Amino acid sequence: MTSRRMPPVAESALGVKSDFPIFSRRFDGRPLIYLDSGATSQKPEVVIEAVARHLREHNANVHRGVYALAQEADAAYDGARKRVAAFVNAEPETTIFTKNVTEAINLVAYSWGRANVGPEDAVLITQMEHHANIVPWQVLCRERGAELRYLEVDSRGEISLDQLDEELARHDVRIVAVTHVSNVLGTILPVAEIVTRARAAGARTLVDGAQAVPHMACDVAAIGADFYAWTGHKALGPTGIGVLHGRREVLEEMEPFLTGGDMIASVDFQGATWNELPYKFEAGTPPIAEAVGLGVAVDYLSAIGMDRVRAHERALIAYMLERLADVPGLRVTGPPEADARGGLASFTIEGMHPHDIAELADRGGVCIRAGHHCAQPLMRCLGVSATARASIGVYNGPSDIDALVDALLAGREVFGL
Amino acid sequence: MDDLYRDYILDHYKQPRNFGELEPHDLEALEHNPLCGDELGVHIRVKDGQIEDLRFHGHGCAISQASASIASEELKGMSLEQVGGLGADWMIELLGIPVSATRRKCALLNLKVVRGAVTGDHAWPV
Repeated sequence: MTSRRMPPVAESALGVKSDFPIFSRRFDGRPLIYLDSGATSQKPEVVIEAVARHLREHNANVHRGVYALAQEADAAYDGARKRVAAFVNAEPETTIFTKNVTEAINLVAYSWGRANVGPEDAVLITQMEHHANIVPWQVLCRERGAELRYLEVDSRGEISLDQLDEELARHDVRIVAVTHVSNVLGTILPVAEIVTRARAAGARTLVDGAQAVPHMACDVAAIGADFYAWTGHKALGPTGIGVLHGRREVLEEMEPFLTGGDMIASVDFQGATWNELPYKFEAGTPPIAEAVGLGVAVDYLSAIGMDRVRAHERALIAYMLERLADVPGLRVTGPPEADARGGLASFTIEGMHPHDIAELADRGGVCIRAGHHCAQPLMRCLGVSATARASIGVYNGPSDIDALVDALLAGREVFGL
Repeated sequence: MDDLYRDYILDHYKQPRNFGELEPHDLEALEHNPLCGDELGVHIRVKDGQIEDLRFHGHGCAISQASASIASEELKGMSLEQVGGLGADWMIELLGIPVSATRRKCALLNLKVVRGAVTGDHAWPV
């Protein structure tokens, strides 16, 4: 066992762990050490209670009822939209609730993509995208006879803005779709710069903010992308609620994605006209209680302060990178500096498959993820089939990282390494 | 001793039997575990309706590699008809360790590949 360094951040720096009831559970008598927030975050009591209270006291369908209870539901749903929009400096009218990021990107690929991408055109993404930001574009490009091109990931886990310029100079790129923070490498991409260059070249932009919004102050207006997508369940909110922010002029030109109830202005036997923004893109009964929960979740994060969240997580990731270096044969992917990374680190250990690493971490009570992280093309670039990934949230402290490292060292012993 | 990572499991993982290519071969198949991206292929040489020899190739976790290695020793000499009738229980019992629901596919991938090569049935063994 190696000697412990002084952690750069106090265990209770944010002092919020007790707000999360799941941490009072015991697993075989042990506390929960949760390092899988990149997959989904845990939920604070205020969010759980807000969802329950909505269902208990304010439940009615939205946008249809004239009775007082229905108006409460309307106020709760549209109030949540205002909170969620304000959290990332976006407008409520251009903030669309979806099921998740996957649906948000599919919305763009279908509604915007089918109308704007043709046979001579290209879609530009990066090699580090999640399948959610690859497959919808593959399907679009195949259907429209367009080309899907990739910005390469270098050995530091970053992309080259020079390559972006070269691609844009070909004058066929209709949209540039990039992740804000890589869910595998942890890399923070210079999204505002990418958007600026793409716009100058006449291309639209989409940013996948799933791993960014929960972990750092994100100003959607300042980033300026035509589309910015993120999801509630990674941001302390419920599952089943995602968010798509769009530029008003782009959204107004687009046809709806899903059609049916709630998204229409009027319907006759042969046709229909579309409701105003954002409802044009919200067909059917939306995830009302989930939106309410997300509204409370973002207020909870705002009360901590996103700059404090980022400072805490940056210090924790720095500590994680330093401690992981204590494990022989361990190799971390992505940028070596915490400043260049979001709240996660993927790694491999020589002689151990990532699935076995995760299984043995669980022996130490530590929850980490193993697999391709829905990024198989990137795995191929890295020359691996899978990695193990530890990802953090506001409730984590240095002791969680110590527990991980202890479990990894014990796991190596099981493997006779 | 660890329940799952017993000495013989780790031994088969580190020194897998019957791994590599087999040329020439009569049957082959390649399968993926969609959960983890692991890949396992098999080459089989047939003589008189029996598996005369076989080799696995690919990459995976200790459970999937050890399962393939252990199974390979049993599969040699088995008739193709017998192989077609093998189910998940055969593999799990042969492995001799408690396999959780999430690791079950790791243990069964080799049987899926072999049955795919022999019978053309690419379904997960049940």
